[in-house]
Amino acid sequence: MAKTVPLRAIAHGRTGDKGNRSNISVIALDARDYDLIVAQVTEARVAELFAHRRPSAVRRYLLPKLAAMNFVLDDVLDGGVNGSLNLDTHGKALAFLLLELPITIPGENR
Amino acid sequence: MTTMLNRKANAPLHVGCAAGFSGDRVDAAGPVVATLARHEGPSCLVFETLAERTLALAQLARRQDPARGYEPLLELMVGPILRGCLAHGIRIVSNFGQANPDGAAMSLRAMARSQGLRMPRIAVIRGDDLSGPGYHAILRRELGAAVDRVSVVAANAYLGAEPIAAALDAGADIVVAGRVADPSLVVGPVMAHYGIAADDWPRLGRATMAGHLLECGSQVTGGYFADPGIKDVPDLDRVGFPIAEIGPDGACVVTKADATGGLVTERTVKEQLLYEVHEPAAYLTPDVTADISDAEVRSMGGDRVALVGVRGHPRPERLKVTVCFEGGWLAEGEISYAGAGAESRARLAADVLRRRLEGLDLRVDLIGAISIFADDAGRLLGAQNAGDARDVRLRVAAAHADRAEADRLVREVTALYCCGPAGGGGVRTAVRQRLDTMSCFVPRTEIDARFEMLD
Repeated sequence: MAKTVPLRAIAHGRTGDKGNRSNISVIALDARDYDLIVAQVTEARVAELFAHRRPSAVRRYLLPKLAAMNFVLDDVLDGGVNGSLNLDTHGKALAFLLLELPITIPGENR
Repeated sequence: MTTMLNRKANAPLHVGCAAGFSGDRVDAAGPVVATLARHEGPSCLVFETLAERTLALAQLARRQDPARGYEPLLELMVGPILRGCLAHGIRIVSNFGQANPDGAAMSLRAMARSQGLRMPRIAVIRGDDLSGPGYHAILRRELGAAVDRVSVVAANAYLGAEPIAAALDAGADIVVAGRVADPSLVVGPVMAHYGIAADDWPRLGRATMAGHLLECGSQVTGGYFADPGIKDVPDLDRVGFPIAEIGPDGACVVTKADATGGLVTERTVKEQLLYEVHEPAAYLTPDVTADISDAEVRSMGGDRVALVGVRGHPRPERLKVTVCFEGGWLAEGEISYAGAGAESRARLAADVLRRRLEGLDLRVDLIGAISIFADDAGRLLGAQNAGDARDVRLRVAAAHADRAEADRLVREVTALYCCGPAGGGGVRTAVRQRLDTMSCFVPRTEIDARFEMLD
């Protein structure tokens, strides 16, 4: 039976910021889950998750040797550390929004 | 210098980092210096203390008092370890000079004098400060008339490792910089120690990523990493700061100070490796275009992780320049509601403020229900149905060029005590001046990056 878990159950990550651009790493906790993460944590799904922040672009870079990927989200920080009215002007917490993404684990995998 | 030459000639260079930002723990350096001293090989200690706006804050401090404008915690950071560094030939490289490297140098000398130490040779890095009238034409050419419409507080180029390396070659015990690219604080010592040329892109690429792993201090040794139950960190309260063992090819093994908390694992290194990286094949610094698209991390056990597979490509022809200017006023106010109906009372209070503060673009947070994931325009908040959170702190914020408008927000939040919904308590308000930035790229030939050895 397939089951659904938050991405946080199989991956970790950290947010960085430069100006109005955020980057969020997604790193497999177990490298054997990397293909599953690549298949399901797509640019389109991440853009949808961050839609309220109106990204002008969402790009995903794959780093298979690290079992990781790097998302770069343009214009999602309401102006970033200088302009945002958010308490978290850097968007430091955003990795944990991405880690809420639901992931379907196929039954035979576990 | 002589102490370094007397040591094991072939030992790898060890570089420790004892601060990842201005405001980092001031007791971080002690265990790092103790560990470097036991290494008995060539070693160096860096402090990174300069986030994007720190320099503008330092410029403001210098306007108030010409003797200030360098890292405010300098004495607390360096005072306890200066003796050990001088005794063991551990050279110090830092951007803690901020807006006033000469002021920092004077403070360091005063520390040495008061502790009865030999006078350190101090080199100051010059050329990053573009706030003088001589550079206005360049900034205007790159930024256009926008630069004339703002009140500039600071303008600085991100310098690279070359002047740092030259200063160390000339025998500096301490190199005091203002704005340099963070990884260059580490690349400079590596260039100097191994005699790496300024166009040796593969080695500069590797050294740059070693610097990148170190530049945020404990963010590679278990700081900013713990997520209980998933990623546990031992003794986070005394997390150790990192040390990189950097070989002649620039490749590094990351470890941490002895007898400290924290951990160095493939996971901690991966998180920091990708921190603030955009395109992995093109991590741009003044020194090199580093490329981690094929990089790997390998645990060697015992809090030691190797970074391999980093490449390097030619450096950018232009240097990044950040211009900091006065950005108006930020007003914030908060009030708490608790118990049954707390969220609906907080939402009503927000509604009252929106009506009372017409004309201000108000951001609303319901801390405890929905806050920092949301957007300034309130789209996420608006899309979410009211919940029944029982402990909610309402926060409102707005920015305005006019101080009087900022003050109006603060007054209205305070007035919720008597005029708002039932049971609101704990009002806190603040009005502060904002700094904004714009950036451009200036041909490096127009920037006079150099060091000066102080007598």
